[in-house]
Amino acid sequence: MDFPDELKYTEEHEWILIEEDVVTIGITDFAQDQLGDVVFVELPEVGDRLETGKTLGVVESVKAVSDVYAPLSGEVVEINEALPDEPELLNTSAYEDGWMLKLKLSSPKELDSLLDAAEYQKFIAQD
Amino acid sequence: MSSTDSRGLVLDEKLLFELTDPGRVGYSLPAPDVPQTVPRSELLRAEIADFPELSEVDVVRHYTRLSTWNYGVDSGFYPLGSCTMKYNPKVNEQAARLPGFAELHPHTPDHLSQGALQLMYELQQDLAEISGFPAITLQPAAGAQGEFAGMLMIRAWHEAKGQKRHKVMIPDTAHGTNPASASLCGYDVVPVASDGVLSKAAVAAVMDDDVAALMVTNPNTLGLFESDIREICELVHAKGGLVYCDGANLNALMGISRPGDIGIDVMHFNLHKTFSTPHGGGGPGSGPVGVVEKLQPFMPVPVVVKTGELFRLDYALPQSVGRVKGFAGHFSILVRAYAYILAMGGEGLKRATELAVLNANYVRARLEGTYDLPYKQRSLHEVVFSETALANDCHTLDVAKRLIDYGYHPPTIYFPLVVKGALMIEPTETESKQTLDEFCDALLAIAEEAKTDPDLLKQAPVRARVKRLDEATAARKPKLRWTKD
Repeated sequence: MDFPDELKYTEEHEWILIEEDVVTIGITDFAQDQLGDVVFVELPEVGDRLETGKTLGVVESVKAVSDVYAPLSGEVVEINEALPDEPELLNTSAYEDGWMLKLKLSSPKELDSLLDAAEYQKFIAQD
Repeated sequence: MSSTDSRGLVLDEKLLFELTDPGRVGYSLPAPDVPQTVPRSELLRAEIADFPELSEVDVVRHYTRLSTWNYGVDSGFYPLGSCTMKYNPKVNEQAARLPGFAELHPHTPDHLSQGALQLMYELQQDLAEISGFPAITLQPAAGAQGEFAGMLMIRAWHEAKGQKRHKVMIPDTAHGTNPASASLCGYDVVPVASDGVLSKAAVAAVMDDDVAALMVTNPNTLGLFESDIREICELVHAKGGLVYCDGANLNALMGISRPGDIGIDVMHFNLHKTFSTPHGGGGPGSGPVGVVEKLQPFMPVPVVVKTGELFRLDYALPQSVGRVKGFAGHFSILVRAYAYILAMGGEGLKRATELAVLNANYVRARLEGTYDLPYKQRSLHEVVFSETALANDCHTLDVAKRLIDYGYHPPTIYFPLVVKGALMIEPTETESKQTLDEFCDALLAIAEEAKTDPDLLKQAPVRARVKRLDEATAARKPKLRWTKD
């Protein structure tokens, strides 16, 4: 399983790519592996305001339906339009083509609570 | 191998559309004695123009053959945890088919439907006695609608007190419909983590004066009794909240413990799961709801009441949440539950509970050690194993598919989510030790095959009419109807 060093992670199994005050969010390789074949993805709309810990969308696999929680607060500035038609991108390209959305942060200091790749791998090894 | 496994004549059944033979008909009409007319073109359907043309015997055979592919509780063991189907005694069917019940028009006035109203009244009383709730509505169409009706009553109670609360707490061991019901009533769902059973501390950490209710499933979906439930109810009540109990698992408590006595405010019953009525494809559901006295004014109308010697439908509840289902709910299902309760009697219902718990624990005892059991507290009516002890990267799905080869309907899998690769088995009191042994032997054999021949599991089912289905593609690109090409 792959956990790129340049990304940040959460205990809810999301990855975050930080580029100044806009971040890109997706689910980790571990998350997609646990879910199995993803068959449906529901994303928020551009302009929606997300609050840390609240539901941002839904990922449904052949096994289960799971809420995805917002790892950070902010405004949705872009969503991955390809995902609803090709949910399998979450399985085949979790960190690239399977990105879910871009968020303009409202409280950048929340970034301090994110895990780095080593901390995340330690977390999933315990879990 | 189960006695139900039989390959027999394996027929590749075509769709009726594919069986069609233009010009063939299934009727014989006399020559018209009125002028013929052609429908106006705008009334003719452009899509699906090619309706099948078949004779009566073609259609009868098609559906009869398909019916032989069915697998139900009348053909074999069906151990779906959480959504269990216990056997439906045939005497229930006889009762429901009595012409006085089966042919009664729902608009028949009260004074001409006294028998049906009496049955409903007495069923309300029986459910009240079994659950400890003074008031029962029989109206909701099924368990999930019962939840919805119950949450509506909770909301109405808060509103009548002038309170606007926004949150409902739901533990991770609750039934999956609970968050949907709370959400549909406009509440934000706050998940509460449990360690198999819910702790007072976990509830206390979330409970505040914005929480309208705790929705708890007891026994929970791991088959475990919520041992702190009384203290948890007190804690929620102390902060002005109510406690909703998903009563789907009442079949593990009936005759032993009454939710109404331990602090629960509202509970729905699943008549199929506890009172042996048909379910799913077998018939409509029924989800009566019991409430404590303070919620009685908010019940759906009408309720069945008795005045003197007469039974009638009472609409005079000004604070009612209103009607949630047409007419008297699913009346014929109520007849079946009533027949079951009368046939069993109080001692019989208690014995059913004891045997359901005994059967689940027998399965647990035979499989524990081979299959991983993550939560080791005492099981009640169901037991949940994980996939972690399976050899050679075999998963729960592979075990479930291989069970089909052994002639069993697989149990519930991948639920609850708190167990990795959950395999959730609920045998119910229906099954004999012989059936349980055959089923456990199959599961033990499958665990052994995972070690010696894992491909057998990964390719399963190999003996079924259709092999392993591509469920991912079916869900991603569903084909929902026949098209000519």
